[in-house]
Amino acid sequence: MALTREEIAKRIALEMKDGDYVNLGIGIPTLVANYIPKGINVVLQSENGLLGMGEFPAEEDVDADLINAGKQTVTADTGAAFFSSSESFAMIRGGHVDITVLGAFEVDQLGNIASFMIPGKLVKGMGGAMDLVAGAQNIVVAMQHASKKGQSKILKKCSLPLTGVSCIKKVVTDLCVMEIKNEAFHLIERAPGVSVEQIQQLTDGTLIVEGDIPEMQID
Amino acid sequence: MSEINKVIKSYDDAIAGLQSNMTIMVGGFGLCGIPEGLIKKVSETDIKGITCISNNAGVDDFGLGLWLKSRQIKTMIASYVGENALFEKLFLSGEMEVILTPQGTLAEQIRAGGAGIPGFYTATGYGTPVAEGKETKEFDGRMYLLEKGLKADFSFVKAWKADTMGNLIYRKTAMNFNPMIATAGKITIAEVEEIVPAGELDPDYIHTPGIYVNKVIKGTFEKRIEQKTTK
Repeated sequence: MALTREEIAKRIALEMKDGDYVNLGIGIPTLVANYIPKGINVVLQSENGLLGMGEFPAEEDVDADLINAGKQTVTADTGAAFFSSSESFAMIRGGHVDITVLGAFEVDQLGNIASFMIPGKLVKGMGGAMDLVAGAQNIVVAMQHASKKGQSKILKKCSLPLTGVSCIKKVVTDLCVMEIKNEAFHLIERAPGVSVEQIQQLTDGTLIVEGDIPEMQID
Repeated sequence: MSEINKVIKSYDDAIAGLQSNMTIMVGGFGLCGIPEGLIKKVSETDIKGITCISNNAGVDDFGLGLWLKSRQIKTMIASYVGENALFEKLFLSGEMEVILTPQGTLAEQIRAGGAGIPGFYTATGYGTPVAEGKETKEFDGRMYLLEKGLKADFSFVKAWKADTMGNLIYRKTAMNFNPMIATAGKITIAEVEEIVPAGELDPDYIHTPGIYVNKVIKGTFEKRIEQKTTK
């Protein structure tokens, strides 16, 4: 079975190490915060100017002055700090954020990512994504492997305008976990019940399969 | 006590000198930390042809969405369109020029503009549409883009507290772009929740020193929330 959005988030949460400073993008990446394993303490950076983002507030604690980059009301954790957008991106661009999780429309085997517009159809804007992919030490992309019509989003070469070049090393989709290196996708784990053949069929880029590919361990 | 007093009473005074075809920077992230009254005031004037620099453009009927609705903006420099349907429509139809700029680059362009720095190199956007027509340079084996500093005729910011000398303190994530924008306007107007006499704010906790601020006006804020989420 293909993973749900929550399960993709759960798998990505396993990438976090104790003490990491983490930036989570809008959409599936935001959900990762709900699944950080016990015993792993991370500090969430929200690029609108908050380090130490906490959970969503109780109704009586909702504060219009305290939001995340997805414009959702949040809380500030113990030890949090507020700062300006330029300070925030000094952290990001300066390589101080350990791990970034973001969504994408497409990724390719060169590590390129497209995520901010579909010409003539849809414009989201890049927000902080271009800065994040240029600055983070470790970037994990959370995305669907293919469109609803079965068109692969894991490509030889991105067709949409790029958000960043040669910057993506790990991708978690609803079907599998892959690493990008030597101009190819390397299959690392499968979603429970999904076969290598199914993944192969929905992957446009070069997919390297070495040995037995284990199923993901998410409960 | 100093006799400098930057407090003004009316929005007419606030926007005195503002004309069509000027560049205006507006603080805020989404609807958080926006100078609500100043935005509304401009939407009620005949001013048009604005080059607007702001991270987002509000929502359809609030914040900078009001300027979109009244077609007062000629060029919008922003990082995120998001769920603003009118912004997206004006962009895709070409009715409004939009310069989509990475958020960190935008923040740094404004910071640089206010700090007298004409340009800087950043890796952000290299190899993407953002890099088109821009000078590139290699430093230590990595490619960077030259980005220019940004300045404005008017800067509108929102702060939590001001004193009569224009020193400002922001609150929580309502700070966002406001501190840089305060530095980059020829005329900077701060719309604030509370004004206190000079001397009442602790100098250790001033975010924006008064030198950057020309006028201070007390606003009333709706503080609309875009995505109310609770546990």
